[in-house]
Formats: sequence, C-alpha cells, structure tokens
Amino acid sequence: MDKGKAIMGSGRRWAVEFTDNSASPSSRDIPDPPGFTRSSHDQDDSSVSKQKKDSEANWKSQKAWEVAQAPFKNLMMMGFMMWMAGSTVHLFSIGITFSALWQPISALQGVGKVFEPYKDNKVDLLGPKLAYIALNLVGLGLGVWKLNSLGLLPTHASDWVSSLPPAQEVEYSGGGFPLF
Amino acid sequence: MAMAIRIRVLLLFLFFLSLSHLTFSLYQDQVGLMDWHQQYIGKVKHAVFHTQKAGRKRVVVSTEENVIASLDLRRGEIFWRHVLGSNDTVNELDIALGKYVITLSSGGKYLRAWNLPDGQMIWESFLPGSTASRSILSIPTNLKDGKDDLILVYGSGSLYAVSSIDGEVLWTKDLASEGIDVQQLIHRHGSNIIYALGFIGSSHFATFEINAKNGELLKHDKVRFTGGFCGDISFLKSDTAVALDSTRSSLVSVRFRDGEISIEQVHISDLLLDSSGVAAILPYKLIEMVAVKVKEFIIFVKLTNEGKFVVVDQIDHTAIISDSLSILEDQQAIALIQHGDNKIQLTVKLVSDWSNHLIKETIYMDCQRGLAQRIFLNNYVRTDRSSGFRALIVMEDHSLLLVQQREIVWSREDGLASIVEVTTSELPLEKDSVSVATVEHSLLEWLKGHVLKLKGTLMLANPDDIAAIQKLRLQSSEKNKMTRDHNGFRKLIIVLTRAGKLFALHTGDGQIVWSVLLNSLRKSQTCEAPNVLTLHQWQVPHHHALDENPSILVLGRCGPNLDSPGVYSIVDANTGKELNSVGPFHSIVQIIPLPHTDSREQRLHLLIDKDWHAHLYPRSPEALAIFQREVGNIYWYSVEADNGILRGHAAKENCILQLPDEYCFGTRNLWSIVFPSESERIIATATRKLNEAVHTQAKVVADQDVMYKYISKNLLFIATVAPQAAGDIGSVTPDESWLVVYLVDTITGRILHRMTHYGSQGPVHAVVSENWVVYHYFNLRAHRYEMSVIEIYDQSRADNKDVLKLVLGKHNLTSAISAYTRTEVVTKQQSYFFSHSVKAISTTSTAKGITSKQLLIGTVGDQVLALDKRFLDPRRTLNPTQAEKEEGIIPLTDSLPIIPQSYVTHALKVEGLRGIVTVPAKLESTTLVFAHGVDLFFTRLAPSKTYDSLTEDFSYALLLITIVALVVAIFVTWILSERKELQEKWR
Repeated sequence: MDKGKAIMGSGRRWAVEFTDNSASPSSRDIPDPPGFTRSSHDQDDSSVSKQKKDSEANWKSQKAWEVAQAPFKNLMMMGFMMWMAGSTVHLFSIGITFSALWQPISALQGVGKVFEPYKDNKVDLLGPKLAYIALNLVGLGLGVWKLNSLGLLPTHASDWVSSLPPAQEVEYSGGGFPLF
Repeated sequence: MAMAIRIRVLLLFLFFLSLSHLTFSLYQDQVGLMDWHQQYIGKVKHAVFHTQKAGRKRVVVSTEENVIASLDLRRGEIFWRHVLGSNDTVNELDIALGKYVITLSSGGKYLRAWNLPDGQMIWESFLPGSTASRSILSIPTNLKDGKDDLILVYGSGSLYAVSSIDGEVLWTKDLASEGIDVQQLIHRHGSNIIYALGFIGSSHFATFEINAKNGELLKHDKVRFTGGFCGDISFLKSDTAVALDSTRSSLVSVRFRDGEISIEQVHISDLLLDSSGVAAILPYKLIEMVAVKVKEFIIFVKLTNEGKFVVVDQIDHTAIISDSLSILEDQQAIALIQHGDNKIQLTVKLVSDWSNHLIKETIYMDCQRGLAQRIFLNNYVRTDRSSGFRALIVMEDHSLLLVQQREIVWSREDGLASIVEVTTSELPLEKDSVSVATVEHSLLEWLKGHVLKLKGTLMLANPDDIAAIQKLRLQSSEKNKMTRDHNGFRKLIIVLTRAGKLFALHTGDGQIVWSVLLNSLRKSQTCEAPNVLTLHQWQVPHHHALDENPSILVLGRCGPNLDSPGVYSIVDANTGKELNSVGPFHSIVQIIPLPHTDSREQRLHLLIDKDWHAHLYPRSPEALAIFQREVGNIYWYSVEADNGILRGHAAKENCILQLPDEYCFGTRNLWSIVFPSESERIIATATRKLNEAVHTQAKVVADQDVMYKYISKNLLFIATVAPQAAGDIGSVTPDESWLVVYLVDTITGRILHRMTHYGSQGPVHAVVSENWVVYHYFNLRAHRYEMSVIEIYDQSRADNKDVLKLVLGKHNLTSAISAYTRTEVVTKQQSYFFSHSVKAISTTSTAKGITSKQLLIGTVGDQVLALDKRFLDPRRTLNPTQAEKEEGIIPLTDSLPIIPQSYVTHALKVEGLRGIVTVPAKLESTTLVFAHGVDLFFTRLAPSKTYDSLTEDFSYALLLITIVALVVAIFVTWILSERKELQEKWR
C-alpha cells in the first residue's frame, strides 16, 4: 500500500495498479519460468522504487528551495524599482510602494498553497518555508521602509502633533486705543 | 495611520487639482460671478447744474469725501468722478465758460480745471501761501485779459488772477499783509476794478479796489464800527452787506457805494418782538435777503432802498433753504424745505413776490432718510414757457435725491461712501417647504442651463448661446436668496456709516436688504452732537437660542470728546429693527467684547468709561454671575499715544458711585510700559482678530521637524517712531529716524520681542495672525517701502518630540496655559522691499484655519493685492535645501513680487480705500473679502484654490452623460460577449 500510495503521488496511477494486479497472488499457480527467482525480482523492484523515491524527494526539496528563493529575485527587482521611483510622493512611487507592500502580504497569505506540490513525508519543508517567509518579510520591510521614506508613516513627532489644536488660554485681555 | 497620511493624500490630490488650474487669477468671463462693485461719491456739499444746452443734462458735485463728480440728471448715474486725496478738501466748485469745471481745494492751494463732458483735467495751478484764510473762488463774467478770461481766487491770504486757458497765475496780490480778512470778491460788469471786501480786526470793515489788469491796489477804505463784528456776514446784491455785531444781538448793514462806506445798526428786538438770545446769519447766498436764525426761528430780512430792515417771513428753524437762483427777467427764486412726519414740503418762491409761491409740493419721504440737510435748486423751461423747478436734496443719511414734479426721480445711497465699521451676520435658515411647481420649473431650467453649459464646454455654442450662458451665470438666482446656504457664501454685511445709518448688504449682489437710521445716534435734545463709534456682534445664535435673530450692538457718543456721554443701540440683524436703545449714559472710552455668552447667546461686553470704571453689559443677573465667576481672568489694556504709556488693568470690586450699581466695577492698574517721550512715540498697534480660527499649534518644518507656534490672543503689536520722524516721509534724515516694534503680552505686560529699524519711518500698517506679524513701513536709507515679518515660536514646548508619548497622549500640549508661566519664546524675522505704499492691510481667514493664508494689501492705486504668506516667511534662504523646497520655501529675494494677476479687484478700483474685511465662509477653502472706501467691493477668495468643491462651471450634465454612456457600453458589451459565447458553444 505504501508503494502504491507513493506511486499514486507520482502521477502514474493506472500503470502501477495494472502491474500490481498482474503481480497478484492469483497468478502464482503458474510456475515461474526457470531461472527466475521471484524474491530477487521483488527485492530488485523495491530497491529501484526506493531509489526513485529518493530522487523525487530530492527533486522536491530542491524545487521547494527554489520556490523559497523566488522572492529574492523579486526583492532585487522591487529594490531597483523603488530606487527608480525616487523619494518624492507621486503616483508612480506610491504605486510601486503599494505593490511592494501587497506582493509580500499576498505571498505570505498563500504560503501553504505555494508549497503544497512539494509536500512529502520525506521532504522537510520547514526550511524553505521559513526562508520564503523571511524573504517576503524582508520584502514587506522594504515596502514599509519605502513608505516611511516617502513620509507616509506616522513615525515622527510631527505626524502626531500636526493637528493638535492650540492650547486654551486661561486669561483674556482686550482693549486698545481709546475709541474715536 | 493617522491624520498625517490623510493630509498627505489630500495634498497629493491638491497637487493634481492645481495642475489643472495653473492660473491664479480670474478669466474674463468670471468677472462679476462672485464679485460686485458699487460706486459712490459721499455727502454732497456743492452742486452746480449744467442744463442749458440740449445735450446731456448733468450736475457737477463735490462731496465731503473729496470727490468731484458729474452726475446724470435723468438717472443719477456717474458720468465721471475724481477722488482727490484724503487731505485735499474741496473748498469751492464752479463751472467756467460753460465747459470747464473749476475746483479750489486744500484751503485755496490747488486750483484745477476739468473738462466738463469727460472729466479730464485741463490744468492745475498750485497757489502757494502760508497764511490760513478762507478761500473764495470767483469766476466773473466778462473780465478779460486780452482774449483770456480771468478766474479770481482768494486763498492763503492772497488774491490770485488765473488765466482760464492754461491756469497760469497772471498776478498775485498779498492782502493778508494789509490786515484784511477778505469775505467777498466783487467785480462789476464791464469795469476793470475788483473789490475785495472784508474785516480788519473785529471792528473795521474795509474795501480794497484792485486793478484787474495787474493787481495794483488802487484804493482802500475802511470804516470803524464801535460795536464790533462777530464774523457772520452776508452779501446782498453788489453794494450791500449785512453783518452781525459782536454781541450777536443786532444786525449791521454796510453799504459801500462810490468809495464810501456807510453803516447802520438795528437791534433784532426791534424787528422781532420776542428775540432774546443770540442770532446767527445763515450762510446762504440769497442776494436780496438775508436769513437769520434767532432761537427757534429763521427770519428772512430784506433791506429796502432806504436802508431799512424789513422782516419778510419767519419760519421754523429746521427748514432748509437753497441759494437763490436767478430765473427769467432777473428774478431770484428760493427753495425751502419744511419737514413733516414721513414727508417734506418743498416750496419755491420769488424773493420779489414772497407772499405767493411758484411751487408748493408735499413729497413722501422714507423716514429712514432723516431730515433734509441741503437743497440745490435748478430750473427748466416747460413747454408752455413757464419755469419748472427741480431740486437736489441731501438727506441726513447722506443720500442724494432729485425731486421734480412731486416725484423722487432718483436717489443715491451715498452714505455708503463713509463706512465707519463693518461686521457680518448670518441669514436665517431655509424653511423646507418648497412647492412642487417651482421645483419642476427649476428642474427644466436646470436642464436647459446644463445643456447650454455642455454646449459651451464642447465648443458647440454660437455667440448667442455664449451670451445666454454668461447671463445665466451672472443672474444665478441662487446667490441672491435671503436664506443661509450650505457653503456659507450668503451672508449679510452690516455696515455703519458716519451718518449713523446702518445698512445690511447682501453678499450675493450687494443689494441693500434693510437700512435704518438709528434714533439714538440722531441729533436730539439729549444728544446735541452725536457721532458714531463702532459696532459689534451682540448676539450670534447657533447652539441654544436658534429661534432668535442675531443682533448687532452699535455704540455712539454725544459730543466730540472722550468724556461725552455714550449711547448704544441693539439692532436685529435680520430685520433692521432697533430692539433697544439706551442713553445717554456714562462715557465710553473702550469696548471689550468678552469670550463669554449668556444662555441667550448674548455676548458679554465691558464698556470702560473715562474714569476707568468697567460697566458690564447686558445688564442681567445671569451675565453678572458669569462675569463674577470669570473676573479673575479678565484683563484689559489701554494705549495712551499722547503720553506714550501702555497700561494693563484688571477689574476689582464694585465701583463707588453716588448711586450703587452692581454692574459697575472698579479697575486697578497692574502694569505699565512707559515709552520714553524723547525717543519714541506710539504710532500704530495691531492685535489678532478675536474670532480667528487656528487649526494647529505645530508647524512641521523640513525633515519632519516640529516647531511649536506661540499662539496667544493677548499678543499686541505696537510700533513707535522717533518723535521728530512722526511727520511725513522725507521730513527727517535717516540718522535721526528710527522705528521700534514690540510684541507685548497684554496680560502680564511682558515684552516678548523688541526690534529697532534704524533709518525707518512710519506710517506703519500691521496685521497680526496666528503666530506672526507683518508690517509695512518706509526705509529712508533705501528710499523704499519695506515689509517685515516676525514669527514667534514657543521654545518651551520644543522638547515634545517623543513619538511614543505623543501616541499615548502623555503630553500637556493641549492643556490650558497661563500667561504667568512665562513661556520661553524665540522669534524669527525677515524684511523685504515692497514697491507700493499701503492704505490698508489684512489677511484671509477661513472657518477652520487649515487653508494657507494670503495677505490682502490695499495699494496706493486703490486696488487690493493678494500676496501669499509664503513670500513673507522668515525661514526663506538664498539656497533652500531639497527638503525646504519640498516644504514650499521660496528662495529669498530682496523684494516681494507683485504679480498683476493676483489683484483681487482685477480691473476695478475701490476709490478712497480705507479698510479690508475678511470673513470665513463655511467652506474651508474660501474666505469672503469686503473692501470699502468711497466705493465698495466684495469677492470671495480661495487662497489654496477650491480644493473642497467643484468649480462653478463644472458640467454636471457632461458627468451624467458620461456615466450613462458607460453604463450603456457595459450592457452592450455584456450582451455581445454572451452572444459570442453561445456561438462558440454551438460550434
């Protein structure tokens, strides 16, 4: 069953089942041809599938790492775009900044989905996932930093006092020149 | 993500808006959309009719506002008008040769000739002289020097003969050195001799004969009158005069025939039975009679050929008399006006036939115009060859009326040329009961209008349509409604004129909504010489007493001195009804509106009298309770310019009077600042407007840094100059002239800032707003006007920079502060050249104080210039950094730019500009501006453009059509795509 399940995962479902069926005990009545030892064949077969399985796991983890590293390219791209956009507030720079913020956030929301194809008992996805999250967080940080450098984050005292009403005065005074 | 982001996004939005609105000024077709302009002339004091020719009939007038104008006699419109300087008083006015208007002004110093049809100046002569004397203008008929007609002028003690062609002074004769005080110049037809008649001292009457060719003194005679003359004299015909003796109890007739002077004296008691008391000769030119006021009567006295006085008539002293007018066959006609209730009686009589009258008409007169004050008579020839008369009447409220055939042909509200004080009032709320019919009608109109506008925007309109669009925009009924509008553009401007009349003008088109001549400010038994002082908002209902109308407090004084008793009136601002009038009572030296209102939203006011007692108004127990609760925090200050002292006062316990008065409080002197009289003299002060709204106390500077503004309502700007530099510009050298400015806290008397401008001189015009002062003065060294700005910042708050504390609200920035905490302040100052002299200066004010500010400067050309406050920013530098540029700091230049498009008054002039008043509209971006002088001008301004509303010419129809078209397009494409999909499936 293990085998079947594993093969099933590999996407060759029907072929495997047919071979399974052909190797079912119902055909044991027929004696094996001379020189054929079933046990060795079985052994051989299992070792081959094991080998296959290993290579697939390797391939998966490799892929997962690739996926995990994908945001890095994005990051470089974003950085370049941000540098191009400059530090003044206008439509282009705001658009870039918001896309720089949105991409990591949406990527973080879909972490599970991105790594689903590489899910495997044998494959440790924690590393790639963490790397992926970390890179996206860096991207997010870059976006936030850009937002701040554009002056759109309330990180300065000026952002908090700019709408403070003037203080009330306790005393009141009026007067002037004598009326004429 | 707080306010800052929203503001930044708003700014971004603004930036895009401003891209589409690069021009700051108006387009040509926007003139008159939101501004209006009214022209006035002031109270008429001379009038000369010009009606002989068949052409345009006109009357040339001069007024107390120093205006010379030519008015259309048919409609009262101004043909042309000239406003002379504020100290160039017109003394005499006449028409010469039927084509020149001759004026004598500045006490006989300036003689000018103006072209009668178009008002262009033909020539001007300066007649020098130093002795002050009365000024006489005499234009003799047929006195020629060669081909040149002569004009005789007596002014500054000398007699001048001036050519009427080019204004050249032909000869001068100094008569003051002969000791004569000339009262009249007489030239007999056909002779070459001019007679100058007048008094020498108080007991001699003298005649001087002067050769008209060269000014040579031919002969002089004088005669002594033992009783002495009091100065009143009236000249009859050409050889007789009637004067009053020094006791004002007898009339003296003076005849000067053939070089001989004879004097005769008659006691008034001989003429009139009950004539105790003093008499006065009224200054009317009646030619054959003299009008004498005795007690409650005016008597007309004729002099017979034998030299006997005969009393012709006796009328009530309130009657008004015109100068005599010669009509057919050398007859003299005189007009009289007698007053009745709501009407006047106009009588025209011939002097030679006093018992009959040519005209006796009763004319209904609006009682809000008061009594008639002057009358000018003119005649015309009717179709049946008889004489008809028209009269120009000047009323108590300074309005001008033309009366002809029992009708008021036209009237002019010329009282509005002399506005003393301005305030505004809200219109009543709209009642929501609009009938359906009007809505449907207006809907159709609305659609039509928008279709027209759409045509205009799509460039499809033909000239007729364009005219219709323009008309539609100008006549928008919306702006003249008598109710409050959502944007707060519709208000009443309440103005108080010098005549004591209150007008309410609608901001939409300047129409007079109501006007009232205040009874308390009229001459009466108890109030002999009333003059108006000021007006204040008394009751502004907005929270509690919403069902009550707003009201206005008007203050006046019975007499010219500070200690004269005061009067006040409270007037309903919606209807103009005088609700309450009190007085005369204690004197009024100062009025202080307090920042407290009672439950009916009546503002508490303190009136300070000359003994420095503070009287509380309104006089109600509730107001008293409020005042007594707040009394510890109420202060007042007085500026004594004569002594050079600034004093601070506070109220103490009730004052000690003969009659106990619980609403009267004594005051005690807290502090005084004495300016040394040998080096400084106070010339100007300025304070913040009481109702000014300030949005924030922080100013964000480059690099996100914060500066805290020092915002205090008790900040007083005061400017002093060196005493020798108090005169005109150029009267002193730069070395002996200086200007010192102070910023004083009026609670504690603490001087926050002091600054000396060496080599500078007044006049100083200043405006204080938020935490800055801008003032204008003359720099003698640079020979140019300068403007300076002082900004004042609170240094003791500068440490509040910890974001976390600010986020958590752990700061004391908004807690109430006292002036006694002695805040540490820093000031920043910068000066710039400004090429104009200034008549008035003001600043825009908006509802919340968020919108950036503009300075409104009344220039010497009687226009209003809007100048961005950003140009007067002490943080300007020659090379601002990138961050500073982003903040909007303009690179420093030595002079302030005058951009022609930023004249608020565009092509118009507000002649004789005196004041600029700004009022916030409800719409934050917009401020209403009212400029007044001889003319009135109103407009609304948006210093940062109208970022919070769509423009007037925004095409709603275009928007609607676009939306409809989009919806249709969506449906069409949807149907098409459905069909295509179906076809795909069938394939």
